[in-house]
Amino acid sequence: MSEKNIISPENLVYEKTSVMTDRVLHYCPGCGHGTAHRMLAEVIDEMGIQGETIGVAPVGCSVLAYYYFDIDMQEAAHGRAPAVATGIKRVFPDKYVFTYQGDGDLAAIGTAETIHACNRGENILIVFINNGIYGMTGGQMAPTTLPGMKSSTSPRGRDVKTMGNPLKITELIAQLPGTYFVTRQSVHAPANARKAKRALKKAMEYQKLDKGTCFVEIVANCPSGWKMTPAQSNKWMEEHMFPFYPLGDIKVPSE
Amino acid sequence: MKDLRLMKGNEALAEAAIRAGADAYFGYPITPQSEVIEYLMRENPADRTGMQVLQAESEVAAINMVYGAAGCGKRVLTSSSSPGISLKMEGISYIAGAELPCVVVNVVRAGPGLGTIQPSQSDYFQAVKGGGHGDYKMIVLAPATVQESVDYVKLGFDLAFKYRNPVMILSDGIIGQMMEKVELFEQMERSTEEFEWATVGKKPGKNSVVVTSLQLQSEEQEKVNLRLQAKYREIEKNEVRFETYGCDDAEYLFAAFGSCARITRKAMEMAREKGIRVGLIRPQTLYPFPVDEVNRLASKVKGILTVEMNAGQMVEDVRLAVNGQTRVEFYGRFGGMIPSPDEILKALEQKIIGG
Repeated sequence: MSEKNIISPENLVYEKTSVMTDRVLHYCPGCGHGTAHRMLAEVIDEMGIQGETIGVAPVGCSVLAYYYFDIDMQEAAHGRAPAVATGIKRVFPDKYVFTYQGDGDLAAIGTAETIHACNRGENILIVFINNGIYGMTGGQMAPTTLPGMKSSTSPRGRDVKTMGNPLKITELIAQLPGTYFVTRQSVHAPANARKAKRALKKAMEYQKLDKGTCFVEIVANCPSGWKMTPAQSNKWMEEHMFPFYPLGDIKVPSE
Repeated sequence: MKDLRLMKGNEALAEAAIRAGADAYFGYPITPQSEVIEYLMRENPADRTGMQVLQAESEVAAINMVYGAAGCGKRVLTSSSSPGISLKMEGISYIAGAELPCVVVNVVRAGPGLGTIQPSQSDYFQAVKGGGHGDYKMIVLAPATVQESVDYVKLGFDLAFKYRNPVMILSDGIIGQMMEKVELFEQMERSTEEFEWATVGKKPGKNSVVVTSLQLQSEEQEKVNLRLQAKYREIEKNEVRFETYGCDDAEYLFAAFGSCARITRKAMEMAREKGIRVGLIRPQTLYPFPVDEVNRLASKVKGILTVEMNAGQMVEDVRLAVNGQTRVEFYGRFGGMIPSPDEILKALEQKIIGG
């Protein structure tokens, strides 16, 4: 039987974007961060803006995002990424500036910075990874943890009476006149990842229009924090997270 | 021709920021320094030089905007007063850790807590010993006049970029609020220099730039700390600034900084009229502190009185520099109270001469 060499350019179906480095991701198996990173990196690649993009990493699991994006980046203090991005964009109005933040960073400690950057209509892209838990510090309750959901600081489940309700910050900021495009996506299945990528691309392209803040939430899983296998966590996310955080555009440009 | 004006300290400092070629100012109003941002907004430097001015939602946001713009290699400053500076301390620590240049102005008011809006020097420790978390230092400039407030903006940017380090101008409510004759320096061009450490967009064939203060491995973090400490030793070697008055024949010595040094100088003149040979050392840099000069003077005098508008902060650095060679006493007023020259002279007579 003769061997057929199928490794040739015409058979290429996937190529890693050069906007991602070759560094091995530190994220847990099954985590959504890797796919979200890749979608964003591919957008930067396709738009040809690797040399004009400055990213801001948060504190949380994606604190080391700058290991993986081969672009200039700044690492912000916990919750302050929208303020840092504001500083960058105000001195470099022609660059593409984005923040990449988790739920604790964006919707708890950084709520003020998030809301005010959006309210000023800072011409930046905010990417919000919402997995309803603090992954980096070991599975504590997040502002977006669902009612009754267990975490290391809500071991009997989130009691909304004493611990407050999950914060739908994306719906909240969509109310602000400063935001231009607000959407909620996921990356857990190929079709969703493609949609998320299209949303990220639109949001990034809108920066050229100078119309205000673009905000892309990505509802994600956290197998380690949720104490589930990756497959279980995706199913749980579909069954519990999506009803509370429904996917789709929340605010789209009017024209 | 000299550009001489009668200006309020805060406004003169704001004008100096524009003239020093600053790229951006981010701030939040607080008494007694709100005139800085008010002047900038009125003056609209975007039209004059392209300088950006933004009123942030908090001091926390403002210092992080400074971080972002400084990380792009831009000349950027913020100003506040004591309670607001406490809020900025997190960001200042990150700026020191990421080795970014910036100027932070503290027009000090009395504390603790909300305290009072009247002038004080009670943020000395916070300014010179670090203030935020981790082993770091700011270069601290202490103006005693409106003129020095202006000159130190320019000097502050020069030092901040020379050492890639935050510089604090430790002023107070007296200097911020009073009007005084000031000579303004000429408008400087905003720099277009691109620094290799700054995030300006990845250059083809070059590594991407990361501005961060994070090291996961202790071995790496220790290297960062050692590099920072080496930089601080350089700063201590090169950047000590002070003035002395009447020290050549001095039997006794005053040590005071900022506005308090001006009052103390009056006390010095009154003492000399009474035949008391007393001198004055006024540190202009509080960090680096003029250790050698204080040590040298200590060997020649019978005693030193440190005068401050706080409960005794710089006096600790004076004692360390004196190293037991002579007596060091302290006189201070606080809570927004300002000592009179009479009080200071009396304290010298009671605590040092008669003590």
